[in-house]
Amino acid sequence: MSWILACQKEDIEQEDLLRFDFNGKTFLIYRSPDDTYFCTDGLCTHESVHLEDGLVMEYEIECPKHNATFDYRTGEALRAPACINLNTYETRIDGDNILILIQ
Amino acid sequence: MQRDYSLVGETAQRAIDTGLATADWYHTDIDRKDMKALMQRSDAPAIRDTFILFALMISASTLAIYLMPSWWSAPFWLIYGVLYGSAMDSRWHECGHGTAFKTRKYNDMLYQVASFCMMRNPIEWRWSHARHHTDTVIVGRDPEIAIMRPVRFLSLLLKYMGLIQGFSGIVSILKYSMGKMNPAVESFIPEQERRKVFRVARIWLAIYVITIVASLYFSSWIPVLLIGAPTIYGAWHHVLTGFLQHGGLAENVIDHRLNSRTVYMNQINRFIYWNMNYHVEHHMFPMVPYHQLPKLHEKIKHDLPLANTSIFDGYKEVLPALWKQSTDPDFFVIRRLPATARPYRADLHQQALG
Repeated sequence: MSWILACQKEDIEQEDLLRFDFNGKTFLIYRSPDDTYFCTDGLCTHESVHLEDGLVMEYEIECPKHNATFDYRTGEALRAPACINLNTYETRIDGDNILILIQ
Repeated sequence: MQRDYSLVGETAQRAIDTGLATADWYHTDIDRKDMKALMQRSDAPAIRDTFILFALMISASTLAIYLMPSWWSAPFWLIYGVLYGSAMDSRWHECGHGTAFKTRKYNDMLYQVASFCMMRNPIEWRWSHARHHTDTVIVGRDPEIAIMRPVRFLSLLLKYMGLIQGFSGIVSILKYSMGKMNPAVESFIPEQERRKVFRVARIWLAIYVITIVASLYFSSWIPVLLIGAPTIYGAWHHVLTGFLQHGGLAENVIDHRLNSRTVYMNQINRFIYWNMNYHVEHHMFPMVPYHQLPKLHEKIKHDLPLANTSIFDGYKEVLPALWKQSTDPDFFVIRRLPATARPYRADLHQQALG
C-alpha cells in the first residue's frame, strides 16, 4: 500500500467529484459539503457503469444510469439496483494535494 | 418468422457474445456543470403534480359514482381511468428512477401506489426497467420491448385496450402469490430480492379479493371500476404515447438516437405522460428529472434527430413502419440527423446502417 497523489484540493468543487485513473484502475475523489475528501472505486457495483457522471448529493453518489446510490464515506449501497458496497480508500491532505492510499 | 425475444434463449447469448449487452452507449457531449444543474432534484414540481393528479382522480370518481347508473357517468369514469391506468404509468416510471421528488420516501411512496395501479410488481419492474436502460431494445436482453417483430396488429390492438397488460398483471400476481417465478424474470432479479416480489403480490391479491367481494356483496360495479378495472380501461393513453418511444426504429444499436423518438406534445398529454415525450433525452441521461427534460432537450437538440411535431406526426412515421415490419422484420426507420449533429457510428452499427 502506498500514498498516491490524486489531485489538488481546488480541482474538485464542493459536493462534487473527480475521476482519477491509476495503474489500470479507476477511482473517484469526492469533496463533501463540509470540505472533507473521500475516495471510492469509480465503477458502480451493479453493472460497472462509471460513476463520474453521477450526481453527488450531500454524502451520496448516484449512478447516472440506474439510480443506484452509495454513501461515498463508507461505500454502503443504499438503493437498488446496487446490492454490493463500493470499495473505499483512505485519503490524506498534504498542503494543496489530495493523496489516496492504494495498492 | 417470429424473432426470439426471450431473455434466456439463443438471441440473449448472442447479444452477450457480440458485445451488445451492457455496451457503452453514445452520449451527446454536455458540460458537467450544466448536467449537474439539470440533474438537481426538487420536491416542488412533483408535489404540485401529484396534488393535481389525486384531486382530479377524486373529483372524477366522485362525479362518476354520483351519476351512476346513468351513462352520464361514463365520461368521468374515462377521465378517472386515464389518470389511474395511464398517468400512473409515468409516475411509476419516474419514481422508479428516483428522480420525481428530491425526498426519497416521497418517490418510494408514489412508486408503490403507481405500481399497484399499473399491476406491475414494484420489485420486478424496478429490475426490469434497469435492464431496459442498460440494453435498450437489444433483442434477447430488453424485457420491455413493447412491439416485437414481425409486428402483429391484433396484439397491438389488445394492448391499446389494456387487455394484454391486465391479463399478464393478474397472472403475475397469482403466480408470485404462490411463490413462483419464471427463468426469464430470474435472469434480471437477484435472489435476495425475490422474496419481496412474492410478499407484495400476496398483499395485492388480498386487496383485489376484498374489492371483488365488495362488488359482489353490494351488487355494484363501483368497487371494481375504482380499483383494478382502470388498469385496463384507462391504459389506452400510455399505450398511445408509449408506442411512439421506440416503435418502428432500430433494434440492436447502441445509440439512443437510432432507437428512441422525441415527440412534441401539448400540456395535457405531457401532464399525463410526465414529459416522457422527450424520450431520446431521457434514455441518454436517465437521471435528469422529468421537469428538467424540456431544458435538456434545448441543450442537446442540435445533436438529435428532429423531434416529431405531434402525436399525429409521430404516428405518420410509426404506422407505415409497423406495417412494413409486419412482413419484413428487418425494416426500420433511420431518423435523419441535423447538420450540427455528430453522425451515427457506422462502424458500431454495420448491421443496422448497412
